[in-house]
Amino acid sequence: MNFTLKVWRQKNAQSKGEFKTYHVKDISPDMSFLEMFDVLNEELLLKGEDPIAFDHDCREGICGMCSMYINGHPHGPGQTTTCQLHMRMFKDGETIVVEPWRAKPFPVIKDLVVDRSAFDRIIQAGGYISVNTGSAPDANEIPIPKEVAEAAFNAATCIGCGACVAACKNASAMLFVAAKVAHLALLPQGQPERKRRVERMVAQMDAEGFGACTNTGACAAECPKEISLANIALLNREYLAAKLTSEYV
Amino acid sequence: MNWFIKAFTSTIGRKIVVAFTGLFLCLFLVVHLLGNLQLLANDGGKSFNLYAKFMTTSPIIQTISILNFAFILLHIIQSLILTFYNRRARPVRYAIVENKSTWASRNMAFLGTFVLIFLVGHLAGFWWRMKFGEMPIVGIDGVQVKDLYRVVYEAFSNLGIVVFYVISMGFIAFHLSHGFQSAFQTLGIHHVKYTPLIQTVGWLFSIIIPLAYAIIPIVMYLRNVN
Repeated sequence: MNFTLKVWRQKNAQSKGEFKTYHVKDISPDMSFLEMFDVLNEELLLKGEDPIAFDHDCREGICGMCSMYINGHPHGPGQTTTCQLHMRMFKDGETIVVEPWRAKPFPVIKDLVVDRSAFDRIIQAGGYISVNTGSAPDANEIPIPKEVAEAAFNAATCIGCGACVAACKNASAMLFVAAKVAHLALLPQGQPERKRRVERMVAQMDAEGFGACTNTGACAAECPKEISLANIALLNREYLAAKLTSEYV
Repeated sequence: MNWFIKAFTSTIGRKIVVAFTGLFLCLFLVVHLLGNLQLLANDGGKSFNLYAKFMTTSPIIQTISILNFAFILLHIIQSLILTFYNRRARPVRYAIVENKSTWASRNMAFLGTFVLIFLVGHLAGFWWRMKFGEMPIVGIDGVQVKDLYRVVYEAFSNLGIVVFYVISMGFIAFHLSHGFQSAFQTLGIHHVKYTPLIQTVGWLFSIIIPLAYAIIPIVMYLRNVN
């Protein structure tokens, strides 16, 4: 397969950046999108040009590292990560436009790489539980209803890739924060810090400069882990309840 | 800062205010519509004028009306601030965007602004005049009352006003089509049993209420022409 690529090139955080056009030939339909980029980068290296910087790590769809806004969708067409996106999803000869995530709290570092440490700071603000160190506790020591365990697990599958922010017209991080809050608020282990957690994580989310949620649903429609919008309602509920009843003034 | 101020100036807090006031305004739309439907009574405006007199003189209604204006202002102010935050959160736009969301959900600020323009015209033409302006007087059962029916009747004999009114109801319909169900989500109400019901009621509400409002000027205009 042959493709024309329009890729965002930007030297560093300060420089302006622009689209550059590249042509790739003889691409296997079974290659992942990242493998196609590897081929392109090899060619650029041979030509003595600067290869395109992009984030990637596990290439198994579980780490949340790969990004790229492809043809108007985070992680491209289909609800998947970019490493699990295959070239057969595109038409032969198609022009593919690749941009970095666009959000003020995700500044571009180089080309398609953005700094997502705003998410780390939100997690540091409250996305944890306190446990005693020592020997590992027995599994299933605390009984948890199956539906609750499943809802918590579904929320916990969030890999923090930032596709929700990239997809949202407001660059809102609500789906990410909702998944993290829901995961811990639903389980007994999350109860000690429950109110403090949601208050601090939302405060951090606001401080980072993410937009607000307008319930368009674009985030859940693009989320590679299919995190449900129900988590956002749960976050709103947790936040209001915490603000009204917590003892942190 | 006071915890209450802090809570309701956070993004989620502001949204909760917008959702709560929005739902109150939905209730207001229903009550206002029930009053307006009396315009079609074909009794020379008798029932409508008596209703208008009650609405402008009853102390309870006066109190609710102050609350209503306060909620409209809160709804607008909080939405504007949120819209400002939202725009600021994406300083560099994408070259290509393919949306997986409804048009109305992405354009609530634009729809709301148009509704506000309508509201200003609506209040200036009817509410302000009824409260503070020159009004024709009519005698009903020996009592002199302000003839709001005549004012409305004259306004709706103007095709321009009728068309503007009907178009405005279209904007309100789209605003409600997202706003109604979105408000419940923002207030944290999401449940397998109730969310489908809320969505259905939201769709019906956003169609039926603006349609019923729009029928009134159309019927009055047609009666006038005939």
